Amino acid sequence: MANMRRYGVFAAVAASSALLLAACSSGGDDDKSPAASGGATGSDKAPVTITWWHNATADPALGFWQTVADEFEALNPHVTVKVEGIQNEDLQRTRIPVALQSGEAPDLFQQWGGGEMVAQVADGYLKDLTGLVDDDVARLGGSVAPWQVDGKTYGLPYQFGPEGIWYRPSLFEQAGIDGTPETLSELSDAVQKLKDAGIEPIAVGAASGWPAAHWWYNFALQSCPSDVMQAANSTLDFTDECFVTAGEKLAEFIATEPFNTGFAATSAQEGATSSAGLVANGNAAMELMGQWNVSVMTGLVDDPDALLADLSWFPFPSIDGAKGDPTAMLGGGDGFSCYVDAPDECVDLLKYITSDDVLSRFAAEVGGIPSAPAAQGAVTDPNLKVIAEYMGKSNYLQLWLDTSYGPTVGGQMNDAIIQLFAGSAAPADIPAAMIAAAESL
Amino acid sequence: MTVNREALGGETGLAGGAQAPSAGPEAPSAKKNRVRKSTPWGEIALFTGPALVVFSTFVILPVVLAGYVSFYHWDGGGDLGKFIGFENYSNVLKDSVFISSMKNNAFIVVMSLLIQGPLALGVALLMNRKLRFRAAFRTMIFVPYVVAEVIAGAMWRLILDQRGVLNTALLQLGVFDKPADAIGWLSDQKLVMWTMMFVLTWKYVGLAIILFLAGLQGVPDEVLEAAAIDGASWWQVQRRITIPLLGPTIRVWMFLSIIGSIQLFDMARLLTNNGAPFDSAYTMAMFVIDRAVRMRQYGYATAAAIVLFVISLTAALLFMRFVMRRDNEGEGGVA
Repeated sequence: MANMRRYGVFAAVAASSALLLAACSSGGDDDKSPAASGGATGSDKAPVTITWWHNATADPALGFWQTVADEFEALNPHVTVKVEGIQNEDLQRTRIPVALQSGEAPDLFQQWGGGEMVAQVADGYLKDLTGLVDDDVARLGGSVAPWQVDGKTYGLPYQFGPEGIWYRPSLFEQAGIDGTPETLSELSDAVQKLKDAGIEPIAVGAASGWPAAHWWYNFALQSCPSDVMQAANSTLDFTDECFVTAGEKLAEFIATEPFNTGFAATSAQEGATSSAGLVANGNAAMELMGQWNVSVMTGLVDDPDALLADLSWFPFPSIDGAKGDPTAMLGGGDGFSCYVDAPDECVDLLKYITSDDVLSRFAAEVGGIPSAPAAQGAVTDPNLKVIAEYMGKSNYLQLWLDTSYGPTVGGQMNDAIIQLFAGSAAPADIPAAMIAAAESL
Repeated sequence: MTVNREALGGETGLAGGAQAPSAGPEAPSAKKNRVRKSTPWGEIALFTGPALVVFSTFVILPVVLAGYVSFYHWDGGGDLGKFIGFENYSNVLKDSVFISSMKNNAFIVVMSLLIQGPLALGVALLMNRKLRFRAAFRTMIFVPYVVAEVIAGAMWRLILDQRGVLNTALLQLGVFDKPADAIGWLSDQKLVMWTMMFVLTWKYVGLAIILFLAGLQGVPDEVLEAAAIDGASWWQVQRRITIPLLGPTIRVWMFLSIIGSIQLFDMARLLTNNGAPFDSAYTMAMFVIDRAVRMRQYGYATAAAIVLFVISLTAALLFMRFVMRRDNEGEGGVA
């Protein structure tokens, strides 16, 4: 009985029974019909309700989005905005896919861009914003690219930032490291010095998968010419030799044992023994992570100010003699898309959210690097300022590879990279797994 | 039970005595006349109807839908996509990750039986006597079973982590010099499955003990007394009388344990951080969830779920057929 029941729960999700979902989500109809008629008549603005799902579950971001919604309601008295903050992975992996599949989706929802969005566009779930947001696309600049498919815009980002290596200057000093590593060999030297000083050099949450995979992404970005990386985003062609070279270089690096003891079972963000926690608590010196790491780390220590005074950042080192652009950076961001049936007010709200004024306040109050260059002056965190500066100087900005290639190719790629870390896969197995996954699409 | 047997006998128009000797000639004819009246279909429909509707909607229908989806190359969005027949199944059965997770589940099935069975039997036999604080002991043994799986998983993770409570204590006791030398209870690929077996035993041995203790209540005192009078030692009594009479209970526990081990998911996912290190503690249920939710290979994952379902069902049916046959004979033989 127990097996049947549990199986049934899974199957209900997997098969996405139209019957059940229709029964569960009948509430949405009432919200949308006035919107549709309001749009049709165009007369005296019939009341409209917009539902908005975002991934902020804690202040300051949670309160900030509510404030933005309230402001938008004040500017547009006929609009009611219903805001719901949902935990990031639940939102991305379960809530949004199920809502889209059921046909009762929120009007405005979190959008990570890349391959996942391409699939949503192919299924006809997203509103084509092309022509409606041209000014905003020009104003936001290059960071919009991951939210575009074949020249059409399906979402706008509110923040975008590259990743790099977060480190504890006091531990570098203790190990006698001058400056920050700019090349891979300098990084290896630093690792050796830290080990000699009895300090765990680099924390990586390999149990969570992607944090280890990001090491390979950066090796690939440094090993492959930018045009190869650029083309692979749309062609999913991973036959270039540089994808193998990246794995070979990474395997050499892994062989020097630069990572924390037990990294294979270390998670990325949960608790003091996670990779972020190890660095935040001074048990490891470095971690490769995105711009959000400041807020993760400060949440894992008793005294955030002491941590912030001893936390710094440098971009991923270049690899000597490799074919990649040394200034190339890997990054990602967050944006929002409108559901295909959403009222026009959804687009207005999206434009308001990504306006220079709102994003300036976002930078100051929430932290993070806003997508609008005009708002980046409002960044206060010293590390984020440095990151924004490097991003400005970068010749090529690549979206997270798993996001860009989509969940199927990205998932197989991450798993293959983990196997390289385990020593049970060869460098050539990674592009082979990616090619096989791309062919299965 | 007796009433049922007579009812069946009555319905087929055979004399109760001829069909079931146990019922004997004393079966009152008045009773027979009463049950010979028409079957109360209305009542049956009224009482079983709601349960059947719920069962069909939430169990049968999803299973059938899952079977349907497993023949498609579905990514979880839009229409079901391409019909690919059994391709998902042939790929799943070739997938090295799925095969290794199957091996892990098999390890858990066998080790659960081998470790928990004898342990629980020993404790139950020891506790099946007049003891001071017996109720308190029983409660304590059962507490881990009552703790929610996710809480148990998260708690043991905090204890067994590389820098967890246990390693920190060992470090302070001077067993190792620095954290880097600590034992990787959860990060050593060779150790992690044994760590998991320890936690599983901690969690589920209480259920086995309580079941066995309940079974022991059913062993008649007269038999034990007779054996004692005949000069049997305590060991002989346990081996020749108590344990054989406990057979049905042990087999029921084995059945529950096997099915639970095949389905293991929530606690293992938290304890090992989704099968880490390097998938060496990955289970079939984790595979299904990961392929579907993380990699958006819903058709493929559903095929894996069906394989998992078939394995569970086959194990259950084989166990019922060959091991629990005698236990089920009571009803099966007559019907």
